[in-house]
Amino acid sequence: MTEQTPQNDTREKQKREPRDAAYWARYAETLKVADVAEGATNINVEGRRAVGPLQGFGKMWQKTYRVGLEGAEVTPAEVIKTWKENYQDFWPEGNRFYAPVAGIAPGEVALISGSLPGGVKLSTGVMVLYADDESFSLMTPEGHPFSGWITFSSFEDEGTTVAQAQVLMRANDPLYEMGLRMGGHKMEDEMWRKTLENLAAHFGVNEPVETNAVCVDPRLQWSQYRNVWHNAGIRSAIYSITAPLRWRRKGSSP
Amino acid sequence: MPEAQIKMNVREAGEKASIIDIEGELTAFAEVVLMDAYNQASDGRARAIILNFEELEYMNSSGIGLLVTLLIRINREKQQLLTYGLSEHYRSIFQITRLDDAIAIHDSEEEAVRAANSA
Repeated sequence: MTEQTPQNDTREKQKREPRDAAYWARYAETLKVADVAEGATNINVEGRRAVGPLQGFGKMWQKTYRVGLEGAEVTPAEVIKTWKENYQDFWPEGNRFYAPVAGIAPGEVALISGSLPGGVKLSTGVMVLYADDESFSLMTPEGHPFSGWITFSSFEDEGTTVAQAQVLMRANDPLYEMGLRMGGHKMEDEMWRKTLENLAAHFGVNEPVETNAVCVDPRLQWSQYRNVWHNAGIRSAIYSITAPLRWRRKGSSP
Repeated sequence: MPEAQIKMNVREAGEKASIIDIEGELTAFAEVVLMDAYNQASDGRARAIILNFEELEYMNSSGIGLLVTLLIRINREKQQLLTYGLSEHYRSIFQITRLDDAIAIHDSEEEAVRAANSA
């Protein structure tokens, strides 16, 4: 017979499967892309590590974008189900999210093509860090403009269902930090504002999106300046410039 | 907004450290409770804050976000953040989110308190 002590109780509790276990991605040293959709480029995701807000270079920001779905008869779980299933459709034009075959589920990796300030094309991706019925979070890989995650959630607030996107991030390297200061923040705000407007419109709602930005840590992490080595913007540009060489090599190979 | 399903208890541990016992669900709705507990724990001479996760029942990604913002606040105050009582599952989440790069994880209260008071 096992003696019931407070220490045994704690160990027993810790052994039990926690309620959130199915919602989290499993740990993997590096990211693996299961399937590369037509038109997507997997040059900055495969083999990269996922990075959080502690690993980036720039100031740490928490930005919250929120819209109240006034008058819509929809539950938070229905909002999140719709958001997961139609994630790409709510993005503004000019950016493309290649949803994983398994959909937005923990551990799945999606590829993204977008653009940076100055019109530079960018190939990157995200990993689904967490997904339950009322929220999901995407975490970025090394080389992505941001080091951190974005959480999409929905909840009831005084009888109204609210949809929210909350970013917690630093710019990944000094170049991205400069880009953020020179119009990047504005571009990002515009992107998530438009996304939430599109989501609200799907439920027949036309309400303004509230934006709140808080600088959580104004310090730059100079120890992380080497992150520039993985900069997906630079690598995507090099990949585009050298495309004719790859075509020629392909054409001359047997 | 839904109510936070969490309780936190603050106690002193040696001359330099305070322990925050976390019981329940760590989600976005726990922000006020966590920051109140931190303010109480920092009141005085605490140079180290130890989070006890033995009674943690549930955590989502917003909960992890709260820990990141708490860590930044603690670093700003030149304090140290330590943890103990994390199950294998929550240790793995610290690893995925790379929080283990910045937060010391200990196996027991004794070990965490010893580390906090010897720093």
